[in-house]
Amino acid sequence: MQQVPLLSLITFLPIIGMILILFLPKNNEKVIKSLTLAVTGIQVLLGIVIWRFYDYSLGGIYNQASFQFVEKFRWIEISSVSWLGTIKIDYFLGIDGISAPLILLTAVITFIATLASWNIKTSIKGYFALFLLLDTGMMGVFVALDFFLFYIFWEIMLLPMYFLIGIWGGPRKEYAAIKFFIYTLLGSVFILLAMIGLYLSATETLADGSKVFTFNMLQLMNAENYTADGILSPLNPSNLRLWAFLALFVGFAIKIPMFPFHTWLPDAHVEAPTAISVILAGVLLKMGTYGILRINYPMFPEITNQLVWWIALFGMINIIYGALCALAQKDFKKLIAYSSVSHMGFVMLGMASLNTAGVSGAVLQMFNHGTITAMLFIIVGIIYDRAHTRGLDDFGGLANQMPVYTGFVTIAFFAAIGLPGLSGFISETFVFLGAFHVESIRLITVISTLGILLGAGYMLWTLQRIFLGQLNPKWSALEDLTAREYAMLIPLTIIVIALGVYPSLMLDLMNSSVNTMVNFLLKSPETFSGLPF
Amino acid sequence: MSIEYFLNSLYLIKPEIVVTTFLVFVVLLDLFSNKRNNLLPFFSILGLLVTGYFVLEQFGLKGLAFVTSDSRAMVSVDSFSAFFKSIVVLSSIYFILMTVYSKEMEETFDRTGEYYTLMFGMVLGMFFMISGSDLILLYLSVELVSLSSYVMAGFAKNSEKSSEASLKYLIYGALSSGLMLFGISLIYGLTASTNLYELNPLLIVSEANSFILMFAMLLIFAGIGYKISAVPFHFWTPDVYEGAPTPVTAYLSVASKAAGFALLIRLIKVSFIAEKDTFGFWIYNPIFNWQDFLVIISVATMTLGNFAALWQKNVKRMLAYSSIAHAGYLLAALAVLSDTGLVAVLVYFAVYLLMNLGAFLIVIFIKNKTGSEELDSYDGIGFSMPFLGVSFTIFLVSLTGLPPTAGFIGKLYLFIALVDAKMFVLAIIALLNSVVSLYYYIRILKHMFLAKPSENSPKEELSAVQFIILFSLVIPVLLFGVYFSPIVELAKNSILLLGF
Repeated sequence: MQQVPLLSLITFLPIIGMILILFLPKNNEKVIKSLTLAVTGIQVLLGIVIWRFYDYSLGGIYNQASFQFVEKFRWIEISSVSWLGTIKIDYFLGIDGISAPLILLTAVITFIATLASWNIKTSIKGYFALFLLLDTGMMGVFVALDFFLFYIFWEIMLLPMYFLIGIWGGPRKEYAAIKFFIYTLLGSVFILLAMIGLYLSATETLADGSKVFTFNMLQLMNAENYTADGILSPLNPSNLRLWAFLALFVGFAIKIPMFPFHTWLPDAHVEAPTAISVILAGVLLKMGTYGILRINYPMFPEITNQLVWWIALFGMINIIYGALCALAQKDFKKLIAYSSVSHMGFVMLGMASLNTAGVSGAVLQMFNHGTITAMLFIIVGIIYDRAHTRGLDDFGGLANQMPVYTGFVTIAFFAAIGLPGLSGFISETFVFLGAFHVESIRLITVISTLGILLGAGYMLWTLQRIFLGQLNPKWSALEDLTAREYAMLIPLTIIVIALGVYPSLMLDLMNSSVNTMVNFLLKSPETFSGLPF
Repeated sequence: MSIEYFLNSLYLIKPEIVVTTFLVFVVLLDLFSNKRNNLLPFFSILGLLVTGYFVLEQFGLKGLAFVTSDSRAMVSVDSFSAFFKSIVVLSSIYFILMTVYSKEMEETFDRTGEYYTLMFGMVLGMFFMISGSDLILLYLSVELVSLSSYVMAGFAKNSEKSSEASLKYLIYGALSSGLMLFGISLIYGLTASTNLYELNPLLIVSEANSFILMFAMLLIFAGIGYKISAVPFHFWTPDVYEGAPTPVTAYLSVASKAAGFALLIRLIKVSFIAEKDTFGFWIYNPIFNWQDFLVIISVATMTLGNFAALWQKNVKRMLAYSSIAHAGYLLAALAVLSDTGLVAVLVYFAVYLLMNLGAFLIVIFIKNKTGSEELDSYDGIGFSMPFLGVSFTIFLVSLTGLPPTAGFIGKLYLFIALVDAKMFVLAIIALLNSVVSLYYYIRILKHMFLAKPSENSPKEELSAVQFIILFSLVIPVLLFGVYFSPIVELAKNSILLLGF
C-alpha cells in the first residue's frame, strides 16, 4: 500500500472536487451536491482503507520509521549562502495513532455534514466549493508532519469558515464570523512566531552531512538537533522555551476553546448553519488539542512536565464553567455549544495526566466528542428546520409527536452524559482513571467529576423541557425524521454504541502511539535540560 | 575629461538611455498626431519592454558609472538596482494597462501624450534614485520623480479632489525636498563630499559634530520618508491616494515607494555600514543609530497605517492607509540591518508589487462598472461580479499575509529576519498589526459577500484582455504562496553585490 499516496489523496481530493464545482454552471444544484457527497464519500472509503492497512504496533510520535503512509519529498529548496543557510521545506505527510483516529473522524463528520448541507438554499456553488476547501484544510492539519505545511493547512481553514458562517449563517452572522476569524488569527500569529523560533533553533543533518534549519516536526522533537545558541535551544541558558510553549499553547487553546478564550465559540455556533456547526464542533475544536499533543508536548517535554498542573486546572475550569453556562442557556444550540466547552475540558484533563490511561482517554474523548456533538448539532438542526425556533422553553411533549427523533436524542444525550454502554462513558472513565492516578492533579480531578453531575443536570433537564410534559398544540404538525436525517443520525449512532461496547476498535489504533508519547514525555526532560526556571 | 570617460560609462546606463529615447519619441509622436493617440500606450509598453530587457542584462553586473576618482562614482549598477528597476518597469507596464482600461482616465484624457511623457520622466527619475550614489544626483532624481507625480496626481482636471491631491502633494513635496537639500548641504559642510562611497570612511574617521550629523540625516530622511510615506511624513498619502486617478495611485504606491526604499537602503548600506559579521548582520557606524531610529519609525508607521485604515469608508483611502502600514513592515525588515533583513525587504517588495497592483486593478475595474469607490457601493459585488470578488479576496488575503498566498511569504521572511535578530518586541508588534489589518481588509469582503447586492447592480463584463491582466496578477500571488523558491532566490542573488 506504500505506493499509493493515500494521505495526499484523502487530503487533496476535496480540492479537485472544488475545482470541478467551480467549473460547473451555477444552476446545476443537484450535480454540485452529489459531487460533494461523492468526494466526501470517497474520503470515508479511503479512511476505511487507511484503517484496514494501519499497523497497530507502530508508535510514531518522534520516529519517522514508525509513522505510516509516509510521503516525503523536497518541496522548497533554496541554495545556501553563508548568512541565510539553505532553506529547505519538505512536503511531509504521515500518520500515527494520534492522528489516525482524527482522520477517520474528519472523514465521517465531513460526509455527515455534506448531508446536513442538503437544505442550503442560496449560492449552492459557493457554499460547496468553500466546504470542500475547508475539508482539505482539516485533513491537511492532521496528516502534515512538517510544521510549515501544518501551518498552511491550519490557516487555509480560516477563510472558508469565515464565509460559511458569514454568508449562510443566522441573524448575527457577520459579528460571529469576524469574531471567529480575528480570534483564530490572533492565535495563529503566535503559532507562527513560535514556529519561526523553532525553525531558527534546530538543524537537521542531511544525507551529505550538512546541517540545515528545519521545519520537520520530528527533527524538532530531538533535543540533539538544537544548536547551542538557538533562542529556543535547551542548551542556551537564556532560552525562551517557556514563552514559545505559551505562544503555541495559547494559539491552540483558542481553537479548543479554552477558558478564557472561548467566547467566540457560542457566537459562531449559534449563527453557523447546522452543517458548519457540526464541522466546527466535530473537527475544528480537535485541532487545538491535537496541536498541543503533536507540537507542544513532544517539542517541549520538559516544560510540559512542569505545566501539567496548569493544563489540568484550565481543563477543570472548562469542565465546570462550560457546564454551568450550559445550565443557564435558554437556546438549545447555545447549550450544546457550551457543553462542547465542558467536554473539551475532559480532553485537557486527560492530556495533563501524562500517563497511558489519561492520554488514551483524551484522544478517545476527542473522537467521541466529535461524533456525539455532531449528533447533537444535527438534532438541534432538525428541530430548528421544523419549528424555526431553538428556545428550550418553547417546546414540550415532543416525545409523542416525534418518537423516533426522541429516541436518537436520548441516545445522543446519554452518550454526552457518559452513560455506560455508550462511547462517552469509556473516554471519560479513562480520563478520570489517568488523571486520578497523578497525585499533583488529584484534587483537580475530584472537582472535575462535578462536571459529569452538572452535565447530567443540563442534559436531562433539556430532555425534560423539550420532550416530556404537555405537547404545545403549536407543534402538533411536526413530522418525524426524513430519510436524509436517518442517514445522518444512524451512522453516528452506530459509532457511538459500537465504541461504547467495544472501545478497542479505537483504543488499539492509538495505544502504541500513546505509549510512545508517554514514554517520550517521561524520559526526555533529561535530554531537554537547561530549564528556564 | 576625456571622451572615454563617458564612453566607459554609457554601456552601464543603457536602460536610462532607452527610457530617455522613448520619452523623446513619445513627445514627437504626440506632436505629429491627433489629439487622442491610441498608439501611444502600445508604444510606451514597447519602450518599457526594451528597457526591461536592458535592466535584466544588469543582473549580476557590478559597475560604477561616471567614476571621477578611485571609488567615486555617480551611478552604481548592480543586481540590487536591477531588482528595483525591474519592479519599476513591471509596475509601469501595469500602470499603462490600468490607464487604458480605466473609464475614469478615458473621460479625463485630453491629450494622452503628456501623460506618457511624464511617466517616462518618472521612470527615469526612479532609475537614478535606485542606482545613484551621489547625493546631488539623488536629490535631482527625487525632484524629477516628484515633479512628474505632482502633475500626474492632478491629471483628472475636472475632478476637484484630483486637483486638491496635486496641490497637497506639491506643498508637502516642496517642503520635504527642501529639508532634504538642507540635510545634504550640512553633510557636505561636514565632510566636503556628496558621494555615498566617500562618505563612509569620512564618517568613520571624522570628528564631526555628531549632533549636526544626526540632524542632517534626519533632514535627508524627511525627503525619503516622504517618498515611502513613513510616519510622520505620510500626511499627504491618504488625500493624494484618494484624489489622484486610481492608476496613478497604484503607481505611486508601488513604483515610487520602491525607488524611495532603494535609495534609503543604498544610503544606509553604502554610507554607514563598515562591515558585516559572519551571520550577515551589518556592523553600523555608531555615529547614527539607524536601528533604533528605523524601529521607531517602523512601529509608528505600521501602527498608524493600520489603525487609521480601520475607520475608512472609501476603498482607495483604505488602501492608502494599508500601503502606509506595508511601508512600516518593510521598514521593520530593514531595521534588522542584516542581509537576512534585506532579503526580507526584497521578497516583500516583489510580493507587494503583485498584490497591491492587483488590489488597485480591481478597484479600477469595479469603478468602471459602478462609478464609485465607496465601501458601501461594494455591497454584494461578490455575487454580481464573482470573478472580481474572488480575485479581490485573494489579493486582500495576501495583503493580510495569510497562506497560501504570496503575502504570507513576505511576512514569513520578515518574521524570520526579526526573530533571527532577536527583535521579538518588534516582531510581536508587527504580528499584532497584521491581526488588526485583517479587520479592515475583511470589511471589504464583508461588503462584497455578506451584504445583499442592490437590485440594479451592474453585471461583470470583462474583456479577454482584462481577464489576462487580472490573472497575470492573481496566479503569481497564489503560486508564490506555495512555491516561493524563485522569489527568494532572486532576492538573495540581488543583494550579493550591493555595497561591498
